[in-house]
Amino acid sequence: MVNAKLYDGRLAVDIAGLKMQTPVTTASGTFGFGLEFTDFLDLEKVGAVCVKGTTLLPREGNKGQRAVETPSGMLNCVGLENPGSDYFLTETLPKLRKYDVPVIVNIAASSPEEYGELAHKLDVDGVNAVEINISCPNVKQGGIAFGTCPESAAAVVEQVKKNFSKTVITKLSPNVTSITEMALAVEAAGTDAISLINTLIGMKIDIERQRPMLGNITGGLSGPAVRPVAVRMCYEVAQKVHVPIIGMGGIETAEDAIEFFLCGASAIAVGTANFRNPTIAETISHGILNYMDRHGIDKLTDMIGAALPEGSFALRSGKE
Amino acid sequence: MPKKIVEAKVVGQRVLNSSTKLIEVYAPELAELAVPGQFVNVQVFNRTAPLLRRPFGVAAVNKNDGTITMIYRIIGDATKLLAEYCSGDKLSIVGPLGHGFDMNAEHPLIVGGGLGLAPLLYLASAFGKGKAEIVMGGRTADELFWTELYEDLCPVMHLTTDDGSCGTKGTVMAVLPELLASGKYDIVYVCGPVPMMKAVAEAAQEYGVKCQVSLEKYMACGLGACLSCSCSGIGKRLKVCTDGPVFWAEEVGEW
Repeated sequence: MVNAKLYDGRLAVDIAGLKMQTPVTTASGTFGFGLEFTDFLDLEKVGAVCVKGTTLLPREGNKGQRAVETPSGMLNCVGLENPGSDYFLTETLPKLRKYDVPVIVNIAASSPEEYGELAHKLDVDGVNAVEINISCPNVKQGGIAFGTCPESAAAVVEQVKKNFSKTVITKLSPNVTSITEMALAVEAAGTDAISLINTLIGMKIDIERQRPMLGNITGGLSGPAVRPVAVRMCYEVAQKVHVPIIGMGGIETAEDAIEFFLCGASAIAVGTANFRNPTIAETISHGILNYMDRHGIDKLTDMIGAALPEGSFALRSGKE
Repeated sequence: MPKKIVEAKVVGQRVLNSSTKLIEVYAPELAELAVPGQFVNVQVFNRTAPLLRRPFGVAAVNKNDGTITMIYRIIGDATKLLAEYCSGDKLSIVGPLGHGFDMNAEHPLIVGGGLGLAPLLYLASAFGKGKAEIVMGGRTADELFWTELYEDLCPVMHLTTDDGSCGTKGTVMAVLPELLASGKYDIVYVCGPVPMMKAVAEAAQEYGVKCQVSLEKYMACGLGACLSCSCSGIGKRLKVCTDGPVFWAEEVGEW
């Protein structure tokens, strides 16, 4: 790799075979296909680009207003608008492959079999990992329907694992009673890594029109408002599962990212912050290095899980 | 066209009416690049609420001074904060964004209402003094403070107000058909409330005059990533931020 020495290798992480030069990735749906941001940052200085949720066939998404700002956050109900897997493979991926950066494709479907078919189709050079989206709150079929039921989630993971030869990440929904139950279910089904969290379901009312603000009534809450929930879920899951975690939820600064590392995340994703600061996915790595220098930490991996109760970090304890 | 993120220094602000202000900022890179119809995305606060940038059409550019001007209505938290900015304060601005107007008109007719008149001001200025005629509509005479900004650029102004307190009583549609029937314009440019744009586009089509519209939709990023401003075009999806905000009227499938 050209960037083998990026950040002197101090930030390098390996997420179940997905090798990254920095743990800073982009959250699906907030970074387009990466190409939208090349005027603002060097894609090769991002750990991995996780592209917009992709479905087998094109989707138009939801009607009506799709986003609205809320206190320290935003709600969206885009509804998985995307040009479909054929377009991604023929038009977008060749452009992305010009950059030396791992590509994660977020995938959504309406049945375990369709998830498998999509994963199989994406098992090509240039796609380094898939992230199973079983947590989209904005589509009626699929999405979160799989993300709130451990058995359904496991069925999806099994199908994807059977059909994809590289790293399989499963993205969990926070809209559940027990995030650890879901995490254990997808781990048992064979996921290589877990990403968390997707958005929290929320609403805003337009009091002048006396109607819900969003076309889809509810939307997914993201941004700094959700960060404490995400940190807590990372802390809980890291004590239960033996697979690496990619933490996300309202990360805006290096300090925010470090909270997740200390709670057991091996990598993080920047989401809504990309909208406000299109350079953030690159610059946040420098802030992490500054923190490591201040604390005398040589390698990022040395601080992962440091805030967990002693001996409780499942990834480091090995499987029983 | 390259997009930039810049720290712009506020040159000054001016009150236009009880709820509208004009802000000029020093941003030479944006002044060099921005064409009429494009917009910029402004971060008014460096903490987490208000969180997102706010899009504003570029209302004027002064390449010699390296400044761009935006005109905004004080309606929410972000614009209330923006209204407090003083000379010398800094604003993070992303831009220029989107595609601008087609500048090939020989006899342009500009039609606008409300804040739609902001991006059209730069258009009128780019055509040069006296080239474009303008139709502007408002609810009352107070909303037509824009005449002061346009009078040098567009000596021929057709004014309408809903209450008849200034110009012809009614909407812009009270005067537009007659103007179009004269056959003297080759492109109509419209920006304003959706019902206005729709009516103007239909009238332009009826009289066989080409028409460009500048759409506004809620957007989070302005870069084509969030898909908040996506809408139906003819046979394809359109993103207002990157495919627009200026479209030929016949491209728009969903207003």
